[in-house]
Amino acid sequence: MRGVFMTTLKRELLLAVRRGSDLATPLMFFILVGMLFVLGLEPRPSLLVAVGPGVIWVAALLASLLGAERLFRDDFHGGGLELAALSPEPLSLNILARLLGHWLVTAVPLILLAPVLSLMMNLPMQALPVLLLVLLLGTPVFTVLSALGAALTVSLRGGGTLLALLVLPLTIPVLIFGSRSVVQAVEGDAVTGVWALASIMMLAISLGPMAIAAAIRISLE
Amino acid sequence: MARENWRWFHMLGSPPHVFRIAGRLAPWFGGLGLAALAVATVWGLVFAPPDYEQGDGFRIIYVHVPSAWLSLFVYTMMAVACAVGLIWRMKVAFAVAVAAAPLGAAFTFLSLATGSLWGQPMWGTWWTWDPRLTSQLILLFLYLGFIALNRAFQDQRSGDRASALLAVVGVVNVPIIHFSVDWWHSLHQPATIAKFGAPSIDTAMLIPLLIMAVGFKLYFVWLLLLQLRSELLLREKRASWVADLVSEQPGR
Repeated sequence: MRGVFMTTLKRELLLAVRRGSDLATPLMFFILVGMLFVLGLEPRPSLLVAVGPGVIWVAALLASLLGAERLFRDDFHGGGLELAALSPEPLSLNILARLLGHWLVTAVPLILLAPVLSLMMNLPMQALPVLLLVLLLGTPVFTVLSALGAALTVSLRGGGTLLALLVLPLTIPVLIFGSRSVVQAVEGDAVTGVWALASIMMLAISLGPMAIAAAIRISLE
Repeated sequence: MARENWRWFHMLGSPPHVFRIAGRLAPWFGGLGLAALAVATVWGLVFAPPDYEQGDGFRIIYVHVPSAWLSLFVYTMMAVACAVGLIWRMKVAFAVAVAAAPLGAAFTFLSLATGSLWGQPMWGTWWTWDPRLTSQLILLFLYLGFIALNRAFQDQRSGDRASALLAVVGVVNVPIIHFSVDWWHSLHQPATIAKFGAPSIDTAMLIPLLIMAVGFKLYFVWLLLLQLRSELLLREKRASWVADLVSEQPGR
């Protein structure tokens, strides 16, 4: 069991490193979306602080959707997914390793870049730890949900837009708890959204891989 | 013995059988539903007393509340049908879900539209980010996502199973969405909007509302049965029972 997990994870990371430019695109997109918001508004510090947490979260959400389509595509067309589904090892374990790999190479750099966006939005330094914490809790849920969308649409041509339509409504709770927690931190209030976010994350990573495995099997039919 | 007890369940897996039953039941639901709607409409619009605060404007709840109740009911029913379809590989269950989805989306839209029409004179705005309104809007997108995914596949079976999985995931998510939207709203309660005490409703207004709700539900089942029949015909167009049905028609 552990062998499957570690092998898949290693393969996933190796593939990511070999295709370095793919890694950078969502990150640039993340910063660009933030910048577009600022340019679309007016750079008044009080306004930026008010909308900043929401903007950062929406940017993170869109950036994580951007790479999702690719998550299963190559292995679906190459036949690797079919082999994984036929293997005696549980498919959900394989999926979990892929998700972890994807999260490590896409979400972690994004979290590391978040302080830059936080500066652009004039957020006070006191809110930074909370911002990083809620991103750490929320991005795995984005990964799971967008992987579910990717698994459902992998056999379709041009499933990218459909993927967004399916996944975005499901991500709303994370967006709400995530960005409101940051607002609470900015205003110096007690941060109450983190617990809900943590439980949503537990739910997503415990049930998500099984749902994704089921979706993969449907797509392979 | 045990096998005998499950016969009715297996019969439900057979499209021609369900097609026949639906055809037999539909007029009953349609007749009763339309009768209840007629009674409740006259009672609610003419005989129920006007609200002391909202005047006659409150009467829109006779459409708004039953459709809002139905919107969630239909989604849950759809998800249960999808789960049944996924677990027992029942083709008819998928047909039920696919038949129900546009109806559920329509009721959700109706509740949003009537809520908006009511909000303009009462709250002074067409749209407010009230938690219930927001949740309804998200629910509408869940319906539309289901329909879009189902239609995206060339192969009906894959589309059915993929969208069924989405519906099951969605139904797990609906309570979380409701909770999060409530919480979101509680953080910045807008004081400008006066809320009317919703739960305290006079019996003279309540009775037509309940009749209306029952009428809506029967009406929905009627539409569902009709929709299910055409969905079954479409899906089974190459099956022999449909061919028999067509050849039985007079004038052919």
